[in-house]
Amino acid sequence: MSAPGQISVSPSRRGLIAGCWAALPVLLAVAPFGLIFGTLATEAGFDLAQTMAFTSLVVAGASQLAALQLMSDGAPALVAIIAGAVVNLRMAMYSAAIAVHWQGLRMAWRIPAAFFLHDQAFALSLNRYRAHPDESVADRAGFYFGIGVTTVTVWIGASWLGAEIGTRIPAGWGLDFAAPACFIGVAAPMIRGTANVIAALTAATLAVVLAGLPGGSGLIVAAAAGIAAGMIAGRRTARRAAPAMEPAE
Amino acid sequence: MSDTTIWTVITGLALATYLIRFSFIGLLAGRRLPPVVTEALGYVPVTVLPAIIAPMVLLSDGQIAADPQRVLAAVAALATGIATRRLLPGIIAGMAAFIALGQIGL
Repeated sequence: MSAPGQISVSPSRRGLIAGCWAALPVLLAVAPFGLIFGTLATEAGFDLAQTMAFTSLVVAGASQLAALQLMSDGAPALVAIIAGAVVNLRMAMYSAAIAVHWQGLRMAWRIPAAFFLHDQAFALSLNRYRAHPDESVADRAGFYFGIGVTTVTVWIGASWLGAEIGTRIPAGWGLDFAAPACFIGVAAPMIRGTANVIAALTAATLAVVLAGLPGGSGLIVAAAAGIAAGMIAGRRTARRAAPAMEPAE
Repeated sequence: MSDTTIWTVITGLALATYLIRFSFIGLLAGRRLPPVVTEALGYVPVTVLPAIIAPMVLLSDGQIAADPQRVLAAVAALATGIATRRLLPGIIAGMAAFIALGQIGL
């Protein structure tokens, strides 16, 4: 372990190997999602270089699909970028939560680490850190890099395969439902508790009602209203759950 | 869509996404988000994704058109995803339902 304030830690090989193993089950989700992205990007008119640059540089499937969808609908580039970035805002939360566990990790490792802070890398790492609170920062960082390198390699490979063979998939295989199915797959496990349900229903309803607003701005308004509704509902639930804080009636 | 649009989106989204990820790992290392921001960010995935999904499932050419194949497949994906709390079963259930409903002519 490093002394407080010392910034010299690098990921350990032991952690890296543990992370590679831990990533294996997640690849079952990463590979099909990448395959679908490669296929849909190619169908939308991306050439191979564009598909591969997109998937290798962004490494965030839901935002890539969201931007792709808006571009196919004829939205300007800036709107597609903003919508994709909004989808990825949750990663600021991941960044704050995971940084706490990396005290002393060298900047030379933090720069590549940020590159693949996706849902699965975050969730698997945090579970590991909570289960093994005494593990060194070197092992923790190694574990994270093991997951990241494994998942990103498969993600890029699967996207390439989708771009190469995806357009030969027959029409009856339901490819036009692949994007909504992926989005629902990502979102559904996160919707837990009353406040989240209220937030999700508010955003979904408003997004349908406001779909006619120009340049995809209905999406932003719907999401903002959903966030506000969720926060209000969440605070009410928290108050009810802590009756000791309420004055006696 | 033009090549310029595509490369602009690739570059812009890659930079924006990297900065979001690097924020607290690098730029603001050691700092914490204000609680109200953390609270709001917690609702981002459960609002942005449904706001993308709902029009894809319920609209056709900007009009509400509840196509039973799409709606039922979406319900299957949602129910499975909530029940299993995992990514892949929800996607598989949605795709399987969509293909099966297409086969029976819905």
